[in-house]
Amino acid sequence: MKYLIIGNGVASLGAIEGIRLTDQDGAITVVSDEPVPTYGRPLISYLLAGKIGKDRLALRDEAFYAANKVELKLNAKVAAIDVKARTATTGAGEILPYDRLLIATGGVPFRPPMAGLEGEGVYSFTTFAHAEALAEAAAEVKKAVVVGGGLIGLKAAESLFDRGVAVSIVELAPRVLSAAFDDKAGAIVSERLGKIGLKVFCNVSAKEIRRENGKIKGVLLSDGTFLEADIVVVAIGVVPACALAKDAGVTVDRGILVDEHLAASEAGVYAAGDVAQAPDMLTEGARVVPIWPNAYNQGYYAGKNMAGDAASYRGGLAMNAISFYGLATTSVGLVNPPADDPRFEVCDIVNAEAGTYRKLVFQDDRLVGCVLLGDIDGAGLYTGFIRFKFPLDAEAKQKLIDGAPSILMWPENFFDANWNPVGAKETV
Amino acid sequence: MKKVYPNKEVCIGCHLCEVACLTAHSKSRDVVIAYKQEKDALGLSPCKTVVHAGPACVALSCRHCEEPACVAACISGALTKNRETGRTEYDEGKCVGCWSCLMACPFGSIRRHPIKEKIVKCDLCAGRDIPACVEACPNWALVYEERGEK
Ligand SMILES: Cc1cc2nc3c(=O)[nH]c(=O)nc-3n(C[C@H](O)[C@H](O)[C@H](O)COP(=O)(O)OP(=O)(O)OC[C@H]3O[C@@H](n4cnc5c(N)ncnc54)[C@H](O)[C@@H]3O)c2cc1C
Repeated sequence: MKYLIIGNGVASLGAIEGIRLTDQDGAITVVSDEPVPTYGRPLISYLLAGKIGKDRLALRDEAFYAANKVELKLNAKVAAIDVKARTATTGAGEILPYDRLLIATGGVPFRPPMAGLEGEGVYSFTTFAHAEALAEAAAEVKKAVVVGGGLIGLKAAESLFDRGVAVSIVELAPRVLSAAFDDKAGAIVSERLGKIGLKVFCNVSAKEIRRENGKIKGVLLSDGTFLEADIVVVAIGVVPACALAKDAGVTVDRGILVDEHLAASEAGVYAAGDVAQAPDMLTEGARVVPIWPNAYNQGYYAGKNMAGDAASYRGGLAMNAISFYGLATTSVGLVNPPADDPRFEVCDIVNAEAGTYRKLVFQDDRLVGCVLLGDIDGAGLYTGFIRFKFPLDAEAKQKLIDGAPSILMWPENFFDANWNPVGAKETV
Repeated sequence: MKKVYPNKEVCIGCHLCEVACLTAHSKSRDVVIAYKQEKDALGLSPCKTVVHAGPACVALSCRHCEEPACVAACISGALTKNRETGRTEYDEGKCVGCWSCLMACPFGSIRRHPIKEKIVKCDLCAGRDIPACVEACPNWALVYEERGEK
Protein backbone atom coordinates (compact mmCIF):
# COMPACT_ATOMS: atom_id res chain seq x y z
CA MET A 1 0.00 0.00 0.00
CA LYS A 2 1.34 3.43 -1.01
CA TYR A 3 0.17 6.39 1.05
CA LEU A 4 0.67 9.95 -0.09
CA ILE A 5 -0.04 12.90 2.19
CA ILE A 6 -0.06 16.46 0.88
CA GLY A 7 0.83 18.91 3.65
CA ASN A 8 2.67 18.29 6.87
CA GLY A 9 0.59 20.12 9.45
CA VAL A 10 -1.01 18.47 12.44
CA ALA A 11 -3.65 16.70 10.32
CA SER A 12 -0.83 15.06 8.38
CA LEU A 13 0.88 14.04 11.60
CA GLY A 14 -2.35 12.58 12.96
CA ALA A 15 -2.69 10.58 9.75
CA ILE A 16 0.80 9.12 10.09
CA GLU A 17 -0.02 8.03 13.64
CA GLY A 18 -3.39 6.69 12.50
CA ILE A 19 -1.99 4.70 9.57
CA ARG A 20 0.74 3.13 11.67
CA LEU A 21 -1.76 1.75 14.17
CA THR A 22 -2.87 -0.74 11.57
CA ASP A 23 -0.28 -0.78 8.81
CA GLN A 24 3.35 -0.94 9.89
CA ASP A 25 4.78 -1.53 6.44
CA GLY A 26 3.01 0.51 3.77
CA ALA A 27 5.12 3.27 2.24
CA ILE A 28 4.17 6.75 3.47
CA THR A 29 5.31 9.80 1.53
CA VAL A 30 4.61 13.29 2.86
CA VAL A 31 5.03 16.39 0.72
CA SER A 32 5.26 19.82 2.35
CA ASP A 33 5.97 23.20 0.84
CA GLU A 34 7.31 24.42 4.16
CA PRO A 35 11.02 24.15 5.05
CA VAL A 36 10.58 22.40 8.42
CA PRO A 37 8.78 19.26 9.68
CA THR A 38 5.46 19.51 11.57
CA TYR A 39 5.57 22.24 14.17
CA GLY A 40 3.07 23.64 16.62
CA ARG A 41 1.53 26.20 14.30
CA PRO A 42 -0.11 28.07 17.20
CA LEU A 43 3.35 28.30 18.76
CA ILE A 44 4.43 30.90 16.23
CA SER A 45 2.87 33.53 18.48
CA TYR A 46 4.95 32.26 21.40
CA LEU A 47 7.99 32.42 19.13
CA LEU A 48 7.25 35.95 17.95
CA ALA A 49 6.63 37.06 21.53
CA GLY A 50 10.04 35.65 22.48
CA LYS A 51 8.52 33.21 24.98
CA ILE A 52 10.07 30.15 23.33
CA GLY A 53 12.98 29.53 20.98
CA LYS A 54 12.91 27.81 17.60
CA ASP A 55 14.14 24.63 19.28
CA ARG A 56 10.73 24.17 20.89
CA LEU A 57 8.59 24.41 17.76
CA ALA A 58 8.78 20.81 16.55
CA LEU A 59 5.70 18.77 17.38
CA ARG A 60 7.48 15.40 17.46
CA ASP A 61 11.12 14.53 18.04
CA GLU A 62 13.62 14.21 15.21
CA ALA A 63 13.39 10.43 15.15
CA PHE A 64 9.64 10.50 14.46
CA TYR A 65 9.73 10.28 10.66
CA ALA A 66 12.37 7.58 10.57
CA ALA A 67 10.67 5.59 13.33
CA ASN A 68 7.42 5.69 11.37
CA LYS A 69 9.15 4.97 8.08
CA VAL A 70 7.94 8.18 6.48
CA GLU A 71 9.61 9.74 3.49
CA LEU A 72 9.32 13.47 4.08
CA LYS A 73 9.79 15.79 1.13
CA LEU A 74 10.21 19.35 2.38
CA ASN A 75 10.21 22.50 0.22
CA ALA A 76 8.14 20.62 -2.34
CA LYS A 77 4.73 21.66 -3.55
CA VAL A 78 2.14 19.42 -5.14
CA ALA A 79 0.92 21.18 -8.28
CA ALA A 80 -1.69 18.73 -9.56
CA ILE A 81 -3.55 15.55 -8.68
CA ASP A 82 -4.82 12.97 -11.15
CA VAL A 83 -7.48 10.96 -9.35
CA LYS A 84 -7.94 8.54 -12.27
CA ALA A 85 -4.27 7.66 -12.64
CA ARG A 86 -3.82 7.99 -8.85
CA THR A 87 -0.80 10.22 -9.05
CA ALA A 88 0.24 13.64 -7.80
CA THR A 89 2.76 15.84 -9.55
CA THR A 90 5.05 18.26 -7.76
CA GLY A 91 6.00 21.72 -8.97
CA ALA A 92 9.40 20.28 -9.88
CA GLY A 93 7.69 17.71 -12.10
CA GLU A 94 8.13 14.66 -9.92
CA ILE A 95 5.28 12.17 -10.30
CA LEU A 96 4.18 10.48 -7.08
CA PRO A 97 1.87 7.45 -7.40
CA TYR A 98 -0.50 6.54 -4.56
CA ASP A 99 -3.10 3.99 -3.52
CA ARG A 100 -4.46 6.27 -0.81
CA LEU A 101 -4.14 10.05 -0.89
CA LEU A 102 -4.69 12.45 2.00
CA ILE A 103 -5.16 16.11 1.19
CA ALA A 104 -4.15 17.97 4.34
CA THR A 105 -3.26 21.32 2.84
CA GLY A 106 -4.74 23.45 5.61
CA GLY A 107 -5.88 26.99 5.01
CA VAL A 108 -4.54 30.06 3.30
CA PRO A 109 -4.83 33.51 4.88
CA PHE A 110 -7.66 35.47 3.35
CA ARG A 111 -6.69 38.81 1.81
CA PRO A 112 -9.61 41.18 1.32
CA PRO A 113 -9.67 43.63 -1.55
CA MET A 114 -8.28 46.81 0.00
CA ALA A 115 -6.60 49.85 -1.49
CA GLY A 116 -2.90 49.92 -0.71
CA LEU A 117 -2.71 46.26 0.26
CA GLU A 118 -0.12 45.42 -2.37
CA GLY A 119 3.43 46.41 -1.52
CA GLU A 120 5.89 46.09 1.31
CA GLY A 121 5.00 46.07 5.00
CA VAL A 122 1.89 43.88 4.83
CA TYR A 123 2.11 40.56 6.65
CA SER A 124 0.13 37.40 7.30
CA PHE A 125 0.60 35.37 10.44
CA THR A 126 0.08 31.69 9.86
CA THR A 127 3.50 30.14 9.30
CA PHE A 128 6.94 29.85 10.83
CA ALA A 129 8.25 31.97 7.95
CA HIS A 130 5.68 34.69 8.70
CA ALA A 131 6.75 34.72 12.35
CA GLU A 132 10.40 35.09 11.37
CA ALA A 133 9.60 37.91 8.97
CA LEU A 134 7.53 39.70 11.58
CA ALA A 135 10.21 39.26 14.24
CA GLU A 136 12.66 40.94 11.91
CA ALA A 137 10.24 43.74 11.11
CA ALA A 138 9.33 44.24 14.77
CA ALA A 139 12.91 45.15 15.56
CA GLU A 140 12.74 48.07 13.13
CA VAL A 141 9.26 49.51 13.51
CA LYS A 142 7.31 51.38 16.16
CA LYS A 143 3.67 51.00 15.19
CA ALA A 144 1.54 48.21 13.77
CA VAL A 145 -2.09 47.83 12.82
CA VAL A 146 -3.57 44.35 13.00
CA VAL A 147 -6.61 43.91 10.79
CA GLY A 148 -8.84 41.23 12.33
CA GLY A 149 -9.70 40.63 15.98
CA GLY A 150 -10.05 36.86 15.83
CA LEU A 151 -7.72 34.38 17.44
CA ILE A 152 -4.85 34.81 15.01
CA GLY A 153 -5.15 38.61 14.93
CA LEU A 154 -5.13 38.92 18.70
CA LYS A 155 -2.21 36.52 19.01
CA ALA A 156 -0.22 38.49 16.42
CA ALA A 157 -1.09 41.74 18.22
CA GLU A 158 -0.06 40.41 21.61
CA SER A 159 3.24 39.05 20.30
CA LEU A 160 4.16 42.28 18.50
CA PHE A 161 3.26 44.26 21.59
CA ASP A 162 5.56 42.03 23.62
CA ARG A 163 8.32 42.96 21.16
CA GLY A 164 7.81 46.61 21.98
CA VAL A 165 5.63 47.61 19.05
CA ALA A 166 2.58 49.84 19.65
CA VAL A 167 -0.41 47.90 18.29
CA SER A 168 -3.95 48.77 17.22
CA ILE A 169 -6.46 46.03 16.42
CA VAL A 170 -9.27 46.67 13.93
CA GLU A 171 -12.31 44.39 14.00
CA LEU A 172 -15.40 44.59 11.82
CA ALA A 173 -17.65 42.75 14.31
CA PRO A 174 -18.96 44.43 17.48
CA ARG A 175 -16.45 42.47 19.56
CA VAL A 176 -13.16 40.65 19.40
CA LEU A 177 -13.16 36.85 19.06
CA SER A 178 -16.67 36.96 17.67
CA ALA A 179 -16.81 33.26 16.77
CA ALA A 180 -15.77 31.84 20.11
CA PHE A 181 -17.12 34.54 22.42
CA ASP A 182 -20.20 36.66 23.02
CA ASP A 183 -20.37 40.40 23.67
CA LYS A 184 -19.74 40.10 27.40
CA ALA A 185 -16.70 37.86 27.06
CA GLY A 186 -15.41 39.94 24.16
CA ALA A 187 -15.75 43.08 26.25
CA ILE A 188 -13.80 41.57 29.16
CA VAL A 189 -10.98 40.56 26.81
CA SER A 190 -10.98 43.98 25.10
CA GLU A 191 -10.78 45.65 28.48
CA ARG A 192 -7.84 43.47 29.49
CA LEU A 193 -6.03 44.22 26.24
CA GLY A 194 -6.77 47.93 26.70
CA LYS A 195 -5.35 47.92 30.23
CA ILE A 196 -2.13 46.34 28.98
CA GLY A 197 -1.86 49.05 26.35
CA LEU A 198 -3.19 47.59 23.10
CA LYS A 199 -5.81 49.64 21.28
CA VAL A 200 -8.93 47.82 20.13
CA PHE A 201 -11.32 49.29 17.51
CA CYS A 202 -14.52 47.29 16.93
CA ASN A 203 -17.45 47.87 14.56
CA VAL A 204 -15.14 49.37 11.93
CA SER A 205 -13.31 48.05 8.92
CA ALA A 206 -9.95 48.91 7.43
CA LYS A 207 -10.67 50.80 4.23
CA GLU A 208 -7.30 51.71 2.88
CA ILE A 209 -3.63 51.33 3.60
CA ARG A 210 -2.08 54.75 2.97
CA ARG A 211 1.43 54.84 1.61
CA GLU A 212 4.04 57.47 0.82
CA ASN A 213 6.66 56.50 -1.74
CA GLY A 214 5.56 52.93 -1.21
CA LYS A 215 6.16 53.03 2.54
CA ILE A 216 3.16 52.48 4.80
CA LYS A 217 1.97 55.59 6.63
CA GLY A 218 -1.13 54.15 8.25
CA VAL A 219 -4.57 52.69 7.88
CA LEU A 220 -7.77 54.60 7.17
CA LEU A 221 -10.85 53.11 8.82
CA SER A 222 -14.43 53.13 7.54
CA ASP A 223 -15.44 55.69 10.21
CA GLY A 224 -12.76 58.14 9.07
CA THR A 225 -10.25 57.35 11.83
CA PHE A 226 -6.65 57.26 10.65
CA LEU A 227 -4.29 54.94 12.51
CA GLU A 228 -0.59 55.57 11.98
CA ALA A 229 1.38 52.44 11.23
CA ASP A 230 4.70 51.20 9.88
CA ILE A 231 3.44 47.69 9.21
CA VAL A 232 0.04 46.02 8.80
CA VAL A 233 -0.82 42.44 9.73
CA VAL A 234 -3.86 41.06 7.92
CA ALA A 235 -5.50 38.31 9.95
CA ILE A 236 -9.13 38.11 9.01
CA GLY A 237 -9.32 34.39 8.67
CA VAL A 238 -8.08 31.46 6.66
CA VAL A 239 -9.87 29.84 3.75
CA PRO A 240 -9.55 26.12 3.03
CA ALA A 241 -6.72 25.46 0.55
CA CYS A 242 -8.86 23.38 -1.78
CA ALA A 243 -7.84 24.64 -5.23
CA LEU A 244 -5.77 21.52 -5.83
CA ALA A 245 -8.72 19.27 -5.01
CA LYS A 246 -11.18 21.32 -7.03
CA ASP A 247 -8.96 21.21 -10.11
CA ALA A 248 -8.75 17.44 -9.75
CA GLY A 249 -12.53 17.11 -9.77
CA VAL A 250 -12.91 16.34 -6.06
CA THR A 251 -16.19 17.66 -4.65
CA VAL A 252 -15.65 20.92 -2.80
CA ASP A 253 -18.24 23.00 -0.98
CA ARG A 254 -16.70 25.45 1.50
CA GLY A 255 -13.97 22.90 2.05
CA ILE A 256 -13.34 19.42 0.67
CA LEU A 257 -16.49 17.46 1.53
CA VAL A 258 -15.75 14.28 3.47
CA ASP A 259 -17.89 11.63 5.15
CA GLU A 260 -17.48 10.00 8.56
CA HIS A 261 -14.57 8.01 7.17
CA LEU A 262 -12.92 11.26 6.03
CA ALA A 263 -13.30 10.00 2.47
CA ALA A 264 -13.76 12.59 -0.28
CA SER A 265 -15.84 12.13 -3.43
CA GLU A 266 -13.16 10.29 -5.44
CA ALA A 267 -11.99 6.76 -4.71
CA GLY A 268 -8.86 6.56 -2.59
CA VAL A 269 -8.92 10.29 -1.77
CA TYR A 270 -9.27 11.57 1.79
CA ALA A 271 -9.10 15.03 3.36
CA ALA A 272 -8.52 16.24 6.92
CA GLY A 273 -7.89 19.41 8.89
CA ASP A 274 -8.49 23.04 7.98
CA VAL A 275 -9.09 22.09 4.34
CA ALA A 276 -11.88 19.64 5.12
CA GLN A 277 -15.59 20.09 5.56
CA ALA A 278 -16.29 17.23 7.92
CA PRO A 279 -19.08 15.92 10.16
CA ASP A 280 -19.68 17.77 13.41
CA MET A 281 -20.59 16.37 16.79
CA LEU A 282 -23.34 18.87 17.53
CA THR A 283 -24.80 19.99 14.23
CA GLU A 284 -26.25 18.25 11.22
CA GLY A 285 -24.20 18.25 8.06
CA ALA A 286 -20.52 18.90 7.50
CA ARG A 287 -18.72 22.06 8.60
CA VAL A 288 -15.33 23.65 8.23
CA VAL A 289 -14.07 24.20 11.79
CA PRO A 290 -10.43 25.16 11.41
CA ILE A 291 -9.01 24.27 14.80
CA TRP A 292 -6.10 22.18 15.96
CA PRO A 293 -7.82 19.30 17.79
CA ASN A 294 -10.20 18.69 14.90
CA ALA A 295 -7.28 18.67 12.46
CA TYR A 296 -5.41 16.07 14.50
CA ASN A 297 -8.46 13.87 15.03
CA GLN A 298 -9.54 14.05 11.41
CA GLY A 299 -6.04 13.17 10.30
CA TYR A 300 -5.92 10.29 12.75
CA TYR A 301 -9.25 8.89 11.58
CA ALA A 302 -8.36 9.45 7.93
CA GLY A 303 -5.17 7.49 8.56
CA LYS A 304 -7.02 4.62 10.18
CA ASN A 305 -9.49 4.44 7.32
CA MET A 306 -6.81 4.71 4.67
CA ALA A 307 -5.08 1.73 6.28
CA GLY A 308 -8.26 -0.31 6.06
CA ASP A 309 -9.62 0.04 9.60
CA ALA A 310 -13.14 1.29 8.81
CA ALA A 311 -13.36 3.52 11.86
CA SER A 312 -16.09 6.14 12.12
CA TYR A 313 -15.03 9.65 13.09
CA ARG A 314 -17.34 10.88 15.83
CA GLY A 315 -17.40 14.41 14.44
CA GLY A 316 -15.54 17.57 15.34
CA LEU A 317 -16.22 19.72 18.38
CA ALA A 318 -15.43 23.43 18.16
CA MET A 319 -13.11 24.43 21.00
CA ASN A 320 -10.50 27.01 21.80
CA ALA A 321 -8.32 27.79 24.80
CA ILE A 322 -6.72 31.20 24.63
CA SER A 323 -4.92 33.23 27.27
CA PHE A 324 -4.33 36.96 27.23
CA TYR A 325 -1.84 38.34 29.72
CA GLY A 326 -2.82 35.97 32.47
CA LEU A 327 -6.52 35.89 31.61
CA ALA A 328 -7.25 32.27 30.68
CA THR A 329 -10.28 31.57 28.52
CA THR A 330 -11.95 28.49 27.04
CA SER A 331 -14.81 28.16 24.60
CA VAL A 332 -16.34 24.80 23.70
CA GLY A 333 -19.25 23.78 21.48
CA LEU A 334 -22.15 25.93 20.43
CA VAL A 335 -21.68 29.19 22.29
CA ASN A 336 -23.77 31.66 20.30
CA PRO A 337 -27.13 29.95 19.66
CA PRO A 338 -29.73 31.69 17.50
CA ALA A 339 -31.47 34.22 19.76
CA ASP A 340 -35.01 33.37 18.71
CA ASP A 341 -34.81 29.58 18.93
CA PRO A 342 -36.81 28.41 22.00
CA ARG A 343 -34.89 25.12 22.26
CA PHE A 344 -31.87 26.96 23.60
CA GLU A 345 -31.36 28.31 27.08
CA VAL A 346 -28.39 30.52 27.94
CA CYS A 347 -27.10 31.12 31.47
CA ASP A 348 -24.25 33.51 32.04
CA ILE A 349 -22.68 34.80 35.19
CA VAL A 350 -20.20 37.68 35.33
CA ASN A 351 -18.17 38.12 38.48
CA ALA A 352 -16.52 41.47 37.90
CA GLU A 353 -14.65 41.37 41.19
CA ALA A 354 -13.02 38.01 40.56
CA GLY A 355 -12.68 38.79 36.86
CA THR A 356 -14.48 35.61 35.89
CA TYR A 357 -17.23 34.81 33.44
CA ARG A 358 -19.12 31.58 32.90
CA LYS A 359 -21.62 30.98 30.15
CA LEU A 360 -23.49 27.75 29.56
CA VAL A 361 -25.71 26.97 26.59
CA PHE A 362 -28.32 24.23 26.90
CA GLN A 363 -30.28 22.75 24.03
CA ASP A 364 -33.37 21.13 25.51
CA ASP A 365 -31.98 18.98 28.34
CA ARG A 366 -28.37 18.81 27.10
CA LEU A 367 -25.36 21.04 27.59
CA VAL A 368 -24.10 22.09 24.15
CA GLY A 369 -21.78 25.01 24.83
CA CYS A 370 -19.56 26.54 27.50
CA VAL A 371 -17.45 29.69 27.74
CA LEU A 372 -15.17 30.25 30.71
CA LEU A 373 -13.01 33.27 31.50
CA GLY A 374 -10.61 33.43 34.42
CA ASP A 375 -11.69 30.32 36.30
CA ILE A 376 -11.23 27.61 33.68
CA ASP A 377 -10.40 24.66 35.90
CA GLY A 378 -13.73 22.94 35.28
CA ALA A 379 -13.50 23.31 31.49
CA GLY A 380 -12.81 19.65 30.81
CA LEU A 381 -15.70 18.45 32.92
CA TYR A 382 -18.08 20.72 31.01
CA THR A 383 -16.60 19.38 27.76
CA GLY A 384 -17.48 15.89 29.00
CA PHE A 385 -21.13 16.86 29.47
CA ILE A 386 -21.18 18.36 25.96
CA ARG A 387 -19.39 15.46 24.31
CA PHE A 388 -21.24 12.62 26.01
CA LYS A 389 -24.61 14.40 25.68
CA PHE A 390 -25.94 13.38 29.08
CA PRO A 391 -29.60 14.36 29.61
CA LEU A 392 -29.82 16.76 32.56
CA ASP A 393 -32.65 17.22 35.06
CA ALA A 394 -33.26 20.58 36.74
CA GLU A 395 -30.96 19.80 39.65
CA ALA A 396 -28.10 18.70 37.43
CA LYS A 397 -28.49 21.78 35.24
CA GLN A 398 -28.34 23.98 38.31
CA LYS A 399 -25.13 22.31 39.47
CA LEU A 400 -23.51 23.07 36.14
CA ILE A 401 -24.77 26.65 36.24
CA ASP A 402 -23.37 27.03 39.76
CA GLY A 403 -19.96 26.01 38.51
CA ALA A 404 -19.95 22.62 40.21
CA PRO A 405 -19.91 19.95 37.50
CA SER A 406 -18.86 16.55 38.84
CA ILE A 407 -18.10 13.20 37.34
CA LEU A 408 -20.31 11.70 40.03
CA MET A 409 -23.24 13.25 38.14
CA TRP A 410 -22.59 10.87 35.24
CA PRO A 411 -25.09 8.06 34.64
CA GLU A 412 -24.02 5.02 36.67
CA ASN A 413 -23.44 2.65 33.76
CA PHE A 414 -21.51 5.25 31.79
CA PHE A 415 -19.26 5.92 34.74
CA ASP A 416 -18.42 2.25 35.16
CA ALA A 417 -17.98 1.63 31.44
CA ASN A 418 -15.37 4.38 31.28
CA TRP A 419 -13.66 4.41 34.64
CA ASN A 420 -14.01 0.88 35.89
CA PRO A 421 -14.81 -1.34 32.92
CA VAL A 422 -14.88 -5.05 33.45
CA GLY A 423 -13.08 -6.99 30.78
CA ALA A 424 -14.47 -5.22 27.75
CA LYS A 425 -12.41 -3.05 25.44
CA GLU A 426 -12.69 0.59 26.36
CA THR A 427 -14.81 2.91 24.30
CA VAL A 428 -12.93 6.18 24.60
CA MET B 1 -1.52 -2.32 29.51
CA LYS B 2 -1.97 -1.98 33.24
CA LYS B 3 -4.10 0.94 34.36
CA VAL B 4 -5.44 2.28 37.63
CA TYR B 5 -9.13 1.51 38.04
CA PRO B 6 -11.22 3.27 40.72
CA ASN B 7 -14.11 1.49 42.38
CA LYS B 8 -16.57 3.94 43.86
CA GLU B 9 -18.54 1.23 45.65
CA VAL B 10 -15.77 0.75 48.17
CA CYS B 11 -14.02 4.15 48.17
CA ILE B 12 -14.31 5.71 51.63
CA GLY B 13 -12.95 9.11 50.68
CA CYS B 14 -9.93 8.94 52.99
CA HIS B 15 -7.70 10.87 50.54
CA LEU B 16 -4.71 8.66 51.35
CA CYS B 17 -4.20 8.23 47.61
CA GLU B 18 -3.74 12.00 47.27
CA VAL B 19 -1.22 11.99 50.11
CA ALA B 20 0.71 9.13 48.54
CA CYS B 21 0.60 10.73 45.08
CA LEU B 22 1.86 14.04 46.35
CA THR B 23 4.66 12.41 48.30
CA ALA B 24 5.69 10.19 45.40
CA HIS B 25 5.98 13.25 43.16
CA SER B 26 7.86 15.36 45.70
CA LYS B 27 11.58 16.07 45.64
CA SER B 28 12.07 14.95 49.20
CA ARG B 29 9.85 11.85 49.06
CA ASP B 30 9.04 12.72 52.65
CA VAL B 31 5.39 13.17 53.47
CA VAL B 32 5.98 15.91 56.04
CA ILE B 33 8.39 17.96 53.95
CA ALA B 34 6.19 17.45 50.88
CA TYR B 35 3.14 18.87 52.66
CA LYS B 36 4.78 21.45 54.91
CA GLN B 37 7.27 22.88 52.44
CA GLU B 38 7.05 21.73 48.84
CA LYS B 39 3.29 22.20 48.56
CA ASP B 40 3.45 25.93 49.17
CA ALA B 41 6.93 26.76 47.98
CA LEU B 42 6.94 24.70 44.77
CA GLY B 43 3.23 24.33 44.11
CA LEU B 44 3.50 20.58 44.47
CA SER B 45 0.06 19.06 43.98
CA PRO B 46 -1.34 15.57 43.53
CA CYS B 47 -2.44 14.17 40.16
CA LYS B 48 -5.17 12.32 41.99
CA THR B 49 -8.42 13.94 43.08
CA VAL B 50 -11.00 12.41 45.37
CA VAL B 51 -14.41 13.71 44.34
CA HIS B 52 -17.36 13.63 46.68
CA ALA B 53 -21.11 13.93 46.12
CA GLY B 54 -23.04 13.29 49.31
CA PRO B 55 -22.06 9.82 50.53
CA ALA B 56 -20.55 8.85 47.16
CA CYS B 57 -16.86 9.35 46.50
CA VAL B 58 -14.19 8.15 44.13
CA ALA B 59 -10.52 8.85 43.40
CA LEU B 60 -9.83 9.93 39.83
CA SER B 61 -6.82 10.75 37.67
CA CYS B 62 -5.72 10.46 34.04
CA ARG B 63 -7.18 7.31 32.42
CA HIS B 64 -4.41 7.04 29.83
CA CYS B 65 -7.13 6.83 27.15
CA GLU B 66 -6.83 4.76 23.99
CA GLU B 67 -7.47 7.93 21.96
CA PRO B 68 -6.55 10.77 24.28
CA ALA B 69 -8.35 14.05 23.61
CA CYS B 70 -5.48 15.84 25.34
CA VAL B 71 -2.92 14.55 22.83
CA ALA B 72 -5.09 15.66 19.90
CA ALA B 73 -5.43 19.12 21.47
CA CYS B 74 -1.79 19.60 22.47
CA ILE B 75 -0.23 22.35 20.34
CA SER B 76 3.31 21.93 21.66
CA GLY B 77 3.93 18.19 21.45
CA ALA B 78 4.21 17.98 25.24
CA LEU B 79 1.52 15.30 25.37
CA THR B 80 2.04 12.15 23.33
CA LYS B 81 0.72 8.62 23.29
CA ASN B 82 3.31 5.94 23.75
CA ARG B 83 1.94 3.04 21.72
CA GLU B 84 4.41 0.60 23.25
CA THR B 85 3.58 1.24 26.89
CA GLY B 86 0.06 2.54 26.29
CA ARG B 87 0.80 5.54 28.48
CA THR B 88 -0.19 9.10 27.74
CA GLU B 89 3.08 10.88 28.40
CA TYR B 90 3.75 14.47 29.38
CA ASP B 91 6.97 16.40 28.79
CA GLU B 92 6.88 19.46 30.99
CA GLY B 93 9.78 21.07 29.15
CA LYS B 94 7.71 21.32 25.96
CA CYS B 95 4.48 22.55 27.58
CA VAL B 96 3.61 26.22 27.00
CA GLY B 97 0.63 26.31 29.37
CA CYS B 98 -2.06 26.96 26.75
CA TRP B 99 -4.66 24.86 28.65
CA SER B 100 -5.98 23.22 25.47
CA CYS B 101 -5.61 19.76 27.02
CA LEU B 102 -7.35 20.82 30.21
CA MET B 103 -10.30 22.02 28.11
CA ALA B 104 -10.36 18.97 25.84
CA CYS B 105 -10.14 16.20 28.46
CA PRO B 106 -13.78 15.16 29.00
CA PHE B 107 -12.75 13.37 32.20
CA GLY B 108 -11.48 16.55 33.84
CA SER B 109 -8.22 14.78 34.62
CA ILE B 110 -5.81 17.59 33.88
CA ARG B 111 -5.24 20.52 36.18
CA ARG B 112 -3.22 23.70 36.13
CA HIS B 113 -0.03 23.78 38.13
CA PRO B 114 -0.65 26.22 40.97
CA ILE B 115 2.46 28.30 40.22
CA LYS B 116 3.99 27.41 36.87
CA GLU B 117 2.36 27.75 33.45
CA LYS B 118 2.33 23.95 33.27
CA ILE B 119 -0.12 21.16 33.86
CA VAL B 120 -0.31 18.38 36.42
CA LYS B 121 -1.28 14.94 35.18
CA CYS B 122 -0.91 11.34 36.34
CA ASP B 123 2.20 9.60 34.97
CA LEU B 124 1.35 6.24 36.58
CA CYS B 125 4.30 6.92 38.86
CA ALA B 126 7.04 6.58 36.28
CA GLY B 127 9.79 4.46 37.78
CA ARG B 128 7.63 2.59 40.28
CA ASP B 129 6.18 -0.86 39.75
CA ILE B 130 2.87 0.01 41.37
CA PRO B 131 1.54 3.58 41.44
CA ALA B 132 1.75 5.11 44.90
CA CYS B 133 -2.01 5.79 45.06
CA VAL B 134 -2.83 2.12 44.55
CA GLU B 135 -0.27 1.03 47.11
CA ALA B 136 -1.68 3.46 49.65
CA CYS B 137 -5.34 2.58 49.16
CA PRO B 138 -6.40 0.66 52.27
CA ASN B 139 -9.39 -1.14 50.78
CA TRP B 140 -8.84 -1.88 47.08
CA ALA B 141 -10.84 1.09 45.90
CA LEU B 142 -7.93 1.58 43.51
CA VAL B 143 -6.46 -1.35 41.65
CA TYR B 144 -3.68 -1.51 39.09
CA GLU B 145 -4.26 -4.25 36.58
CA GLU B 146 -4.55 -5.44 33.02
CA ARG B 147 -8.10 -5.53 31.64
CA GLY B 148 -9.58 -6.13 28.23
CA GLU B 149 -7.69 -6.27 24.98
CA LYS B 150 -5.57 -3.18 25.24
C1 LIG C 1 -1.12 31.99 14.98
C2 LIG C 1 -2.08 30.85 15.04
C3 LIG C 1 -2.57 30.44 16.26
C4 LIG C 1 -3.48 29.38 16.35
N1 LIG C 1 -3.90 29.00 17.58
C5 LIG C 1 -4.75 27.95 17.69
C6 LIG C 1 -5.17 27.50 18.97
O1 LIG C 1 -4.78 28.03 20.01
N2 LIG C 1 -6.04 26.47 19.02
C7 LIG C 1 -6.50 25.85 17.89
O2 LIG C 1 -7.30 24.93 17.99
N3 LIG C 1 -6.11 26.25 16.67
C8 LIG C 1 -5.24 27.28 16.55
N4 LIG C 1 -4.83 27.67 15.30
C9 LIG C 1 -5.33 26.94 14.13
C10 LIG C 1 -4.52 25.66 13.90
O3 LIG C 1 -3.17 25.98 13.83
C11 LIG C 1 -5.00 24.95 12.63
O4 LIG C 1 -6.33 24.55 12.81
C12 LIG C 1 -4.15 23.72 12.30
O5 LIG C 1 -2.80 24.07 12.16
C13 LIG C 1 -4.67 23.03 11.03
O6 LIG C 1 -3.84 21.96 10.72
P1 LIG C 1 -3.80 21.34 9.25
O7 LIG C 1 -2.84 20.22 9.33
O8 LIG C 1 -5.16 21.09 8.77
O9 LIG C 1 -3.23 22.49 8.32
P2 LIG C 1 -1.91 23.36 8.37
O10 LIG C 1 -1.33 23.38 9.73
O11 LIG C 1 -2.25 24.65 7.74
O12 LIG C 1 -0.91 22.55 7.45
C14 LIG C 1 -1.08 22.43 6.06
C15 LIG C 1 0.28 22.36 5.43
O13 LIG C 1 0.16 22.00 4.07
C16 LIG C 1 1.05 22.76 3.29
N5 LIG C 1 0.58 22.76 1.90
C17 LIG C 1 -0.52 23.39 1.42
N6 LIG C 1 -0.65 23.15 0.08
C18 LIG C 1 0.39 22.35 -0.27
C19 LIG C 1 0.82 21.79 -1.51
N7 LIG C 1 0.12 21.95 -2.62
N8 LIG C 1 1.92 21.04 -1.51
C20 LIG C 1 2.64 20.84 -0.37
N9 LIG C 1 2.29 21.35 0.83
C21 LIG C 1 1.18 22.11 0.88
C22 LIG C 1 1.01 24.10 3.97
O14 LIG C 1 2.12 24.91 3.65
C23 LIG C 1 1.01 23.70 5.43
O15 LIG C 1 2.30 23.50 5.91
C24 LIG C 1 -3.92 28.73 15.17
C25 LIG C 1 -3.43 29.14 13.94
C26 LIG C 1 -2.53 30.17 13.86
C27 LIG C 1 -2.01 30.58 12.53
